[in-house]
Amino acid sequence: MPLLEVKDLTVRFDTGGGTVHAVSGVTYALEPGETLGVVGESGSGKSVHVLSMLGLIPKPPGRIAGGQVIFEGRDLLTMPEGELRDIRGKKIGVIFQDPMTSLNPVLTVETQIAEAITSHGLMSRKAAKARAVELLDLVGIPEPQKRVTQYPHQFSGGMRQRAMIAIGVACEPKLLIADEATTALDVTVQAQILDLMKDLKKKLGMAMIWITHDMGVVAGLADNVQVMYGGRIMERGPSRAVFNDTRSAYTWGLLRSLPDHSEGRVYETHTPGQAKKRPRLQQIAGAPPDMTNPPPGDPFAPRNPFATERCHREVPPLVQARDAAPGHLVAAWYDLPQALLTNPTGAVPAAAGEAA
Amino acid sequence: MNAKAAPLLRVDGLTKHFHTSKNLFGKPTHTVKAVDGVSFEIGYGETLGLVGESGSGKSTTGRLILRLEEPTAGQVHFEGQEIGKLSSSQLSPIRKKLQVVFQDPFSSLNPRLRVGDSVGEPLQTHGLVSGGSDKRDKVAALFRQVGLDPKFMDRFPHQFSGGQRQRIGIARAIALGPKLIVADEPITALDVSIQAQIVNLFLDLQEELGMAYLFIAHDLGMVRHLCHRVAVMLRGRIVEMGSTEQVFANPQHPYTQALISAAPIPDPDREALRRRIPYDLVPPPPGAVLREVDPGHWALSAA
Ligand SMILES: Nc1ncnc2c1ncn2[C@@H]1O[C@H](COP(=O)(O)OP(=O)(O)OP(=O)(O)O)[C@@H](O)[C@H]1O
Ligand SMILES: Nc1ncnc2c1ncn2[C@@H]1O[C@H](COP(=O)(O)OP(=O)(O)OP(=O)(O)O)[C@@H](O)[C@H]1O
Ligand SMILES: [Mg+2]
Ligand SMILES: [Mg+2]
Repeated sequence: MPLLEVKDLTVRFDTGGGTVHAVSGVTYALEPGETLGVVGESGSGKSVHVLSMLGLIPKPPGRIAGGQVIFEGRDLLTMPEGELRDIRGKKIGVIFQDPMTSLNPVLTVETQIAEAITSHGLMSRKAAKARAVELLDLVGIPEPQKRVTQYPHQFSGGMRQRAMIAIGVACEPKLLIADEATTALDVTVQAQILDLMKDLKKKLGMAMIWITHDMGVVAGLADNVQVMYGGRIMERGPSRAVFNDTRSAYTWGLLRSLPDHSEGRVYETHTPGQAKKRPRLQQIAGAPPDMTNPPPGDPFAPRNPFATERCHREVPPLVQARDAAPGHLVAAWYDLPQALLTNPTGAVPAAAGEAA
Repeated sequence: MNAKAAPLLRVDGLTKHFHTSKNLFGKPTHTVKAVDGVSFEIGYGETLGLVGESGSGKSTTGRLILRLEEPTAGQVHFEGQEIGKLSSSQLSPIRKKLQVVFQDPFSSLNPRLRVGDSVGEPLQTHGLVSGGSDKRDKVAALFRQVGLDPKFMDRFPHQFSGGQRQRIGIARAIALGPKLIVADEPITALDVSIQAQIVNLFLDLQEELGMAYLFIAHDLGMVRHLCHRVAVMLRGRIVEMGSTEQVFANPQHPYTQALISAAPIPDPDREALRRRIPYDLVPPPPGAVLREVDPGHWALSAA
């Protein structure tokens, strides 16, 4: 039985400028112990989709317009707030990008970690304080005994982030939801934390939803990858399949926009002020859709060089991709491997413009 | 360029200590040496990448350069002038040439200002707009430059996602056409495709306007792509500095080697094989000095 089942989750924000279609019909299941990497365009609904399942979006303007989120057999969306609050932080650990749920500036780090533990009745105050030092050590903060009594402003950005991670895993949750949890960290500390996560996963059978922009982190951590755009899942599948046998034009554009990381790549040395133009990264042409007025069809169609006429009209369902690994799903009316045969660089057809 | 001419920025022995706790007599008992004798230069039109341990003093270095923080010791020279000696009125024209893009897109925008007004504010402060419609036009152009639809001008920061907010911050920073931008993790919060756009934008602005950057980042792939030179920080000190190629292809200091080996690669097959070089995070020994191992390539070693 899956640990978490998200069914047709749909979230709207009613703002002065119109209704924001933040999340539309998001459906997936997460198995116990599974690590799901969630990547996607900024504003694609990655954060809102997890915030809404935990009852953390401001209502109004936010509103759950439909769907269910079944965790251990119960729908989180209809659960009384008190029960949800107890699940949050205990069975579902959270590490958020959003300041709303971040550290309190007037409390010491020790107090905040201890509170996260004692508020769920898991330990005495004294034991929780000792545990706070242990947790800071676990997330790699040097001199944890000294640091634990400090206030958040006395920590660097990355140290604050690590304190948040300590709080997220304090209760050894079944599911950990991390939103850009290691983005602010140097790569050695990040690697250390990712190792810690893999450890906790093994030890506790903890499942994870790991939201990140870092395709390298996804490649190293996630069993499955889910790619979002315009409030929808564009592609989902085993990491290897999504990276090596990409089926969504958006994922393809994303991977192509990374700096060259091929082995043995020699970089040119550049001198400032040199007339020679330096190489640019591949961009995905165009801008993300205005989600108060999303395109009627595939949200990526206006920027997709492979879009067919149907893409502009009709939202494609998320289905098993043709001749792909089992569980490799794509929402596309076009066939990417086929399209790349005739247009390997994704050149925009001459006739196509902004108009859809 | 004339070899004798002053560089755009010269930082000399920059030091910042924070006293985090005090005893009964008000004497500090615990001192964090956030920045501990850091020296480097940035030329006109040059990008220096600043990477390293979280908490190693990268942001503090940036804040000291911007004079958002008073140094405990050391100097900052901008276009040959020591800015620590300047009065606030003398500092004003320099502020125009010295801009910042912050790490945290949430705290860098005034939540009560429409984002178009936030972006236009520096233009107004420095009298660079002739009226309401001129301001709107200039702000709209800045919005387009950073890949935002100008019709978002009248919205408030909370109505944007993290990545969108960071783009607004960049629009604001480039409004005055600065000579140096201290960019403290400017692309950290952005999605990959927008990172590419912003990094390309940084390159465009540099080629068009000769802008220089102090680019603080954790994404070594991007640093390698964007920066002319790189400095690596550990515990308040620079442990290695050189051209991007020197540092990446031939890292000398064990911390640099560990850092580079820990950078994740966006390829599941190679990630499964990647081996990290461990580094026991010991602070550099007090007497250690930077030695030139190759022309322009410096690494810290015991005295
Ligand atoms: N409080 C709010 N009011 C109105 N719109 C909102 C609010 N919060 C989020 N949105 C909108 O919902 C959409 C989804 O935002 P979300 O924060 O989930 O994006 P994201 O994928 O997490 O982006 P990022 O990568 O930048 O963090 C965006 O269009 C955003 O502008
Ligand atoms: N106002 C302050 N009071 C006390 N200590 C501080 C203060 N600001 C920074 N520090 C300390 O100075 C050191 C350097 O912090 P800084 O923010 O410059 O690091 P950083 O290299 O930017 O890290 P990150 O990569 O995590 O952003 C850290 O140990 C931090 O805790
Ligand atoms: Mg988000
Ligand atoms: Mg910093």
